Amino acid sequence: MSTLEATRKAPQPSSFADAPVNKSLKPEAKVGLLRTMVRIRRFEERSLQAYQGGNIGGFLHLYNGQEAVAVGSISLCGPHDHVITAYRDHGHALAVGMGMNECMAELFGKATGCSKGKGGSMHFFAPDKNYWGGHGIVGGQTPLGLGLAYAVKYKGLTGSCLCYMGDGAVNQGAFHESLNLASLWDIPVIFVIENNGYSMGTSLARSSAFRECLAKRAEGYDMDWQQCMGHDLYEVRAAVQIALDRAHQKSRPTLIEIDTYRYEGHSVADANKKKYRSPEEIENYKTTKDPIQLFKNQLIAEGHLDEQRYETIDREAKDEAKAAADFAEQSPYPSRESIREDIYWETDQPDGRTSQGRIFFNDEIE
Amino acid sequence: MPTAITMPKLSDTMTEGTVVKWLKQEGDTVNSGDVIAEIETDKATMDLEAFDSGVLLKILAPAGTAAACKAPIAFIGEKGEKIDEAAFAAASVKEAAPASASAPAVEPVSAPALPLPTPQAVGGLVGRAKASPLARKIAAENGVDLSRVTGTGPGGRIVKKDVLALGSTGGSGGSGWLHATGYIGKGDERVPLTNMRKTIAKRLQQSKQTIPHFYQEMEIDMGPCMALRAVLNARLEKTQPPVKLSFNDFVLKACAVAMRKAPVVNAFWEEDAVRMNGSVHLAFGVAIPGGLITPVIPDAQDKNLKQISLEAKELAARAKEGKLKPEEYTTGTFTVSNLGMFGVDRFSAIVNPPQAAILAVGNIVAKPVVDANGQIVVGQRMSLTLSADHRVVDGADAAIFLKEVKDLLEAPALLVA
Amino acid sequence: MRKITYREALREGLSEEIERDENVVIIGEEVAQYNGAYKVTEGMWAKYGDKRIVDAPISEAGFIGMGVGASMLGIRPVMELMFFSFAYVAWDQMINNASAVRYMSGGKINCPIVVRGPANGGTNVGATHSHTPENAIANVPGLKVVCPATAYDAKGLIKSAIRDNDPVYFMENTLLYGESWEVPEEEYLVPIGKADVKREGTDLTIVAHGRCVIMALKAAELLQAEHDLSVEVVDLRSIRPLDEDTICESVRKTHRVLLVEENKPFCGVDAQISHLIQEKCFDDLDAPIKRLSAIDAPAIYSKPLEDFQIPNVDRIVKAALSVG
Repeated sequence: MSTLEATRKAPQPSSFADAPVNKSLKPEAKVGLLRTMVRIRRFEERSLQAYQGGNIGGFLHLYNGQEAVAVGSISLCGPHDHVITAYRDHGHALAVGMGMNECMAELFGKATGCSKGKGGSMHFFAPDKNYWGGHGIVGGQTPLGLGLAYAVKYKGLTGSCLCYMGDGAVNQGAFHESLNLASLWDIPVIFVIENNGYSMGTSLARSSAFRECLAKRAEGYDMDWQQCMGHDLYEVRAAVQIALDRAHQKSRPTLIEIDTYRYEGHSVADANKKKYRSPEEIENYKTTKDPIQLFKNQLIAEGHLDEQRYETIDREAKDEAKAAADFAEQSPYPSRESIREDIYWETDQPDGRTSQGRIFFNDEIE
Repeated sequence: MPTAITMPKLSDTMTEGTVVKWLKQEGDTVNSGDVIAEIETDKATMDLEAFDSGVLLKILAPAGTAAACKAPIAFIGEKGEKIDEAAFAAASVKEAAPASASAPAVEPVSAPALPLPTPQAVGGLVGRAKASPLARKIAAENGVDLSRVTGTGPGGRIVKKDVLALGSTGGSGGSGWLHATGYIGKGDERVPLTNMRKTIAKRLQQSKQTIPHFYQEMEIDMGPCMALRAVLNARLEKTQPPVKLSFNDFVLKACAVAMRKAPVVNAFWEEDAVRMNGSVHLAFGVAIPGGLITPVIPDAQDKNLKQISLEAKELAARAKEGKLKPEEYTTGTFTVSNLGMFGVDRFSAIVNPPQAAILAVGNIVAKPVVDANGQIVVGQRMSLTLSADHRVVDGADAAIFLKEVKDLLEAPALLVA
Repeated sequence: MRKITYREALREGLSEEIERDENVVIIGEEVAQYNGAYKVTEGMWAKYGDKRIVDAPISEAGFIGMGVGASMLGIRPVMELMFFSFAYVAWDQMINNASAVRYMSGGKINCPIVVRGPANGGTNVGATHSHTPENAIANVPGLKVVCPATAYDAKGLIKSAIRDNDPVYFMENTLLYGESWEVPEEEYLVPIGKADVKREGTDLTIVAHGRCVIMALKAAELLQAEHDLSVEVVDLRSIRPLDEDTICESVRKTHRVLLVEENKPFCGVDAQISHLIQEKCFDDLDAPIKRLSAIDAPAIYSKPLEDFQIPNVDRIVKAALSVG
């Protein structure tokens, strides 16, 4: 917690608590949503520590500060609602129900990781939980999300795909093509822009010619759009439910912009995270809009939670994250043989192979 | 238990960092999340935040020093806790140096030097004949010397058909080793050549292609020899060492003696001269696994039948074990080749250059013959065929030699006299 | 046996698979109401309707990416590119997403997509519409690449490609669409990864794929008639996986090799095959391997020059005669 805790303003109670989608939630379910946010926060902190300790390499994009977006929206999903996102994907992974152990082990590049150490931080997947990643190219996942929703509709199911992206994706061609196709073909996809205000280190003002909010671009494609704040979990749920209903009932897409904030840099290697944002700006958000503190206070006010229980939740989340790091550290690295596995369905299923011929081309591997 | 604060890895490319300054000093209280120092990485200067709360007990890397990622740079713990500094004496703290001069985080492992292969002469050629891989392979398999092949491919490259041409024409240096089709059938096996096989092939091919052979044959009445051999062996088997004379021993002895009458049969052809050898170094053929060899009984003209027999037996035994020294099988002046034990009635052998002649000995066959009284009786006959190099030996010389051998064998008492 | 065009053979294969599997859907520019830019899908929209035959806007990154996403959920989309030259605008989807999603998920996700369309030069349309990216795509583990040269192979391979559980990039040729070959009435499959000896010979092996096979066959006739040279023509059919056994078997028989492709030479498919032959058949070579590729420049517009730039029968004959 920050040293400015003493100066915290009392947060305002949520004005979305009475929305039907929130009102119908059972108290334990509400506490469960808080627990998931806390678990994401502690997981991310532990992964940062592991990165700085040299146990994790490559890129690490942390979700700290944005927890209410993934947890709030994913909590609305039914059996045929799918989720896909970009490379800041740990929060969504835990929100869909992936375990800390498999996620942390993946960060460590271990065989016990959710992708057997082949994907890394940016590529978490759990198709059994309707979670399709975890994609590394800005905007590259947007046509995939469109395709998932297309498949749901093609199969005649009532469902959707929540396709998340950062604000940096809105200037990518694939994003615009996806919007056009979604609206043209009535695809039940919900494009969720998690607008944390910075595309790496470039503010929106310096990257987009369009001066109005990002979601308004949907108008160019005759698509419904919404905008909401992302620090209040109740607000996120209320807004996303509208889009989900639109998808389920009318098979129409939505572009929804959720304004949020990331506490850390674009990635841990972002050396300028405090250069393009003032320390006061970050501190102010943490003080007044921290999604976990807000929701905790909301639940205390509703009478579903007390400090003692919160402390227990927090301690359990820290312990779980530490245990995950220990698990990851003790797990074995993938075997050298595994480099050549999981490439083709066919080479992993030799009995089912229908093609012939040579498929890998090294002279020999020592 | 104090916790080490380590030099953080703050980017994907960072291997070491430098402490720019400490914002907390030893003894200060630190809360989780507090910025305690500024670290300069390869990219920028970044804040180091504490993960734990406690008291900063000890700073190991003062401002201005560099440390490798993961190396301890300070300790944090409960107030007054003791730090086992010895355990961290090896903490890699050094004066800040430009990044380029810093040691790599990982020691490069030098690969062991591999022994270089020794260049091989190809196809008996020192240096390299220009030949396609296929031509080279066919030549190697058939002992063809590529230096004797004329290449018709681009730039004079030897190609398959050039090697085949040599093989099928039997032209100069060729050996006629190819099937007309070059077809290898099912169940066929190509046996790689041993050195012995190569030597035999080379020498005999050379002999047959370059030496003008001629042949003479005589039939020997072996009755007297058989009778004498039975008498002698009955006695000699009881001596020490025991001796068992073979018919071949009689032939060897007869040849050694007969050379006195036709010394040119014991001569060498040396291109610009004929060498008349002073001694009869008598070679005889022995079949051994994978080929044959010709051990030599030196100075056979001076040895009696018993000595010849003992030496021949001992040499043949060592030949079969592969224990002959080169001087024991390369110094012959004349060779006897006997295939009688295999049931061969008669055959002609190929001269073993530089020798001038070789005697081929057949089986002893019982056959009807006309005796001195004009009666048909059962006779014991053995065929001798002399192959000779006409450059050295004339027909008459050969006949004189053969006649002498015949006379000696048909009156074998002369051989033990 | 009846003869049908390459275009009709593809249409039959696509139709049979549409009828066999409800998850097969054809999406692409002008595939439905317009009946296909090259008439491959002619009549299919009328027969199978909006759901199965879908006209896409000119938006390759969008609809190919959509196909990748849909295939992850079990749909078997057959995406038509009007030209494989347009693959480059969907490169991120075709390369980053389709090839790697199975790997990065540790084997949890499949991507049974087919991307098909013509990939050829020789039609006087200039550099941007004459690409043959089979070499670049085959360079990416996780992807499969096939290049049928005849109607028979086109039908048998498109059916195998649709049933395959991995992404298959299926490259056709606009100059072959109207050509006819014998194609049986009854259903059949051509396995991916199996080359085909299209002509037997003893003196020289020509390895080719796509339309170059057809030209190599014509060149082989000329070489036999005018130069008494017996040429064997090996049609790769598949680039990845690659049937090295058939290639090597032919090389061990003829000992001399000419590789023909429309790719540009640098890192073309034949660069890989050339390496493979010297690795596996070094001692069987009686001459250096020769390659005939497109002349190393962007596709030129001017027709007579373009006809010379890509391999043609005359260039193949000359190249065959120059194999040492």
